[in-house]
Amino acid sequence: MSARLDWPGTLKGLKRMAPLSPFVIAFGLAFGVAAIQRGLSGLETLLMSGLVFAGASQFAALELWGPQIPLVALIASTFAINARHLLMGAALYPWLSHLPRRQRYASLGLMSDSNWAMAAADYRRGETNVGMLVGGGIALWLAWMLGTLLGVVFGSGISEPERFGLDVIMGCFLLSMLVGGKLDLGVLVPWVAAALAALAALAWLPENSHVIVGALAGGIAGLLMPPRSKPKEASP
Amino acid sequence: MSLPLTPLGAFLAILSMALVTYLTRSGGVLVMSRIPIGPRVERFINAMAGSVLVAVITPMALYGDWGARLALVATFGVMLTSRKPLLGIAAGIATAAGWRLIQS
Repeated sequence: MSARLDWPGTLKGLKRMAPLSPFVIAFGLAFGVAAIQRGLSGLETLLMSGLVFAGASQFAALELWGPQIPLVALIASTFAINARHLLMGAALYPWLSHLPRRQRYASLGLMSDSNWAMAAADYRRGETNVGMLVGGGIALWLAWMLGTLLGVVFGSGISEPERFGLDVIMGCFLLSMLVGGKLDLGVLVPWVAAALAALAALAWLPENSHVIVGALAGGIAGLLMPPRSKPKEASP
Repeated sequence: MSLPLTPLGAFLAILSMALVTYLTRSGGVLVMSRIPIGPRVERFINAMAGSVLVAVITPMALYGDWGARLALVATFGVMLTSRKPLLGIAAGIATAAGWRLIQS
């Protein structure tokens, strides 16, 4: 087993990801509109999409955006939402370990849910070219940026976003990500723990601590649950 | 600790997010090259991923207006039946807009 990264493989990955790009553009548009509505400038919105490149954590960051940006809560929620990347990266470790160090860590910067899923399938099939991860990541990044730009342009032209229901995009996006996966006791118990802990933190603990408290409570609840028979893939 | 909402403050906040996110992307491979991630850590991370979203959404459902609450209900309903996130979000937006149209 070996692995390599080259242009033809990257280009092939880009093409394989292309059919998904309209959806990514639509999500990017939703994020752009929500960010502008939350008071971020166009440049800040594009910078966040370009550098962070992780939808759910970006939407959650908007929720924390205010006259003061709570840095600890922002970092904690970003980490908690994106911690699934740790598992995704670990799953590809045997494959990527064959790449030169610089290529390996540059490729990981482009790892997102969809290109990871396709690359992981390639790896399991015995494919030696990691172009799917990199090319797919480039395609997703371009679509995400284009969508964000459209959202910034569109969102800047609306004066009363509440009238058109645009203020609920953030919450509805996060909810759709949450319930899009498998629903069973294994996930519901941690969620209930997270909701109760978040409510308690909202009532009694400092502002914005509810995100960290909820995430930890849910994580611990999941840890205490009996392990399920079938290992679960990292949720989207 | 918090940052003021100035261009510099916002930039630093975005940069911190980018850094943390990159650490999660590279961290799995970095850690695995030393010690493998065990099933307990995996369970914790998997449960935490959804829980943090729950913690963010809960106050919205609790303290939002009825437009926002019904929007979440609409998204939830569409997601359960269709599993299509974009459709769910569209249903939420339309519900909030519709509710506020009736109320105004």
